[in-house]
Amino acid sequence: MTKIPVTLTHNGAERAAFADPGQNLLDFIRRGLGDLSPKYGCGQGSCGACTVTIDGETRLACLTLAETVEGCDVRTAAGLGQGATLDPLQQAFMDHFAAQCGYCTPGMLVSARALLDRNPNPTREEVVEAISGNLCRCTGYDPIIDAILSLAGRKASA
Amino acid sequence: MTRVETVATTAEAARILSDGAAYLGGGTMLMRAVNAGTAPPRLVRTADPVLRAVSARGDTVTVGAGVTMARILAEPQLDFLHPVARAVGSPQIRNMATVGGNLFAPHPYGDFAVALLALGARARMAGAGGTRPLDDLLRDRDRPGGLVEAVEIPRPPARAFRFHKVSRVKPRGVSVISIAVLAPSPGGKLAGVRVAYGAMGPTPLRAAAVERVLEGGRLDQAARERAVAVAAEGLDPPTDALASGWYRGEVAGVHLGRLLARMEEGR
Repeated sequence: MTKIPVTLTHNGAERAAFADPGQNLLDFIRRGLGDLSPKYGCGQGSCGACTVTIDGETRLACLTLAETVEGCDVRTAAGLGQGATLDPLQQAFMDHFAAQCGYCTPGMLVSARALLDRNPNPTREEVVEAISGNLCRCTGYDPIIDAILSLAGRKASA
Repeated sequence: MTRVETVATTAEAARILSDGAAYLGGGTMLMRAVNAGTAPPRLVRTADPVLRAVSARGDTVTVGAGVTMARILAEPQLDFLHPVARAVGSPQIRNMATVGGNLFAPHPYGDFAVALLALGARARMAGAGGTRPLDDLLRDRDRPGGLVEAVEIPRPPARAFRFHKVSRVKPRGVSVISIAVLAPSPGGKLAGVRVAYGAMGPTPLRAAAVERVLEGGRLDQAARERAVAVAAEGLDPPTDALASGWYRGEVAGVHLGRLLARMEEGR
């Protein structure tokens, strides 16, 4: 089977790896790049656990063909913190008990970070809309919404 | 195993499609099949810039088939389509899903196509394929006979177009029914009325009976009552996990009546 070479920027680092024909980006990030932060939930675009950003826009990695991100800037939840230094959003999720089982959390963080980068002072309604593509079956969403809103009005992180 | 061919132009992609390949656009439908192992073995895609172009000439806006829902929302000249694009999928899906793909989205998806059908849009086919009314394209969309390259959308007169989607889960859920109404009234009488439904048949379709009772009259309470009475006439709505066909038939008139009332009041 012919492998397809893919070079991309992954959480700020230049990376290159081989993709299989028909391989989705989620599988490529997890197996090819070793970044296990985006999760495989439904594989059909319903749950948002695989949410990443491609060139700054949130996308579903499970519905993206790996070979199409050649030359793109791909970011995942693993790129939010720097070692032990958390992104303020990650800290807010901890402070507000916004993660229970944690499976949706990486996707939630990516959607929420994209919202705050675009709109540093969102309303509650805008927060709900921004995470409407991310399903959580544990928290009932309120702790997640509160965590994101606690950063509203603060300067976006670098 | 799925093989994806990337070609330079829509004309080349159309040629490969005619050999039995499937077209990979935003991926929100076809990649589900790829992940499930049920996709055709041969896929084709192209980054031809014509697919991303948005242009206006006179009262017609031409939107490339590869334009995403998010891009529609970012285009002030497409403001009449903003409530429609906002009703499609989640933020992530709207960053991926395309205008062209929506024309082929199976029930209960395809709300954007419902609006385009009511607006009287035409599909421009790649290569020397010419244009086709969406009515025709949707009727035999399993055999589109080419690749849709763009849609040509007549801009509706002010306050003459309305879209409403009914879903059980908010802010994001698939359609129990979606309704789009184009009701221009030059000189006070309705002329050129087009009413389209989503999730009321295997494809987006026109509500011919409703159009007939509205055409030539005024948009008032009497007309509204006549429209409501024939809302589901001649239709055989599908049953799925969201609603039975019977339920869809019963509530179509309720939702159509509310939409027409809001239109009448200019709300």
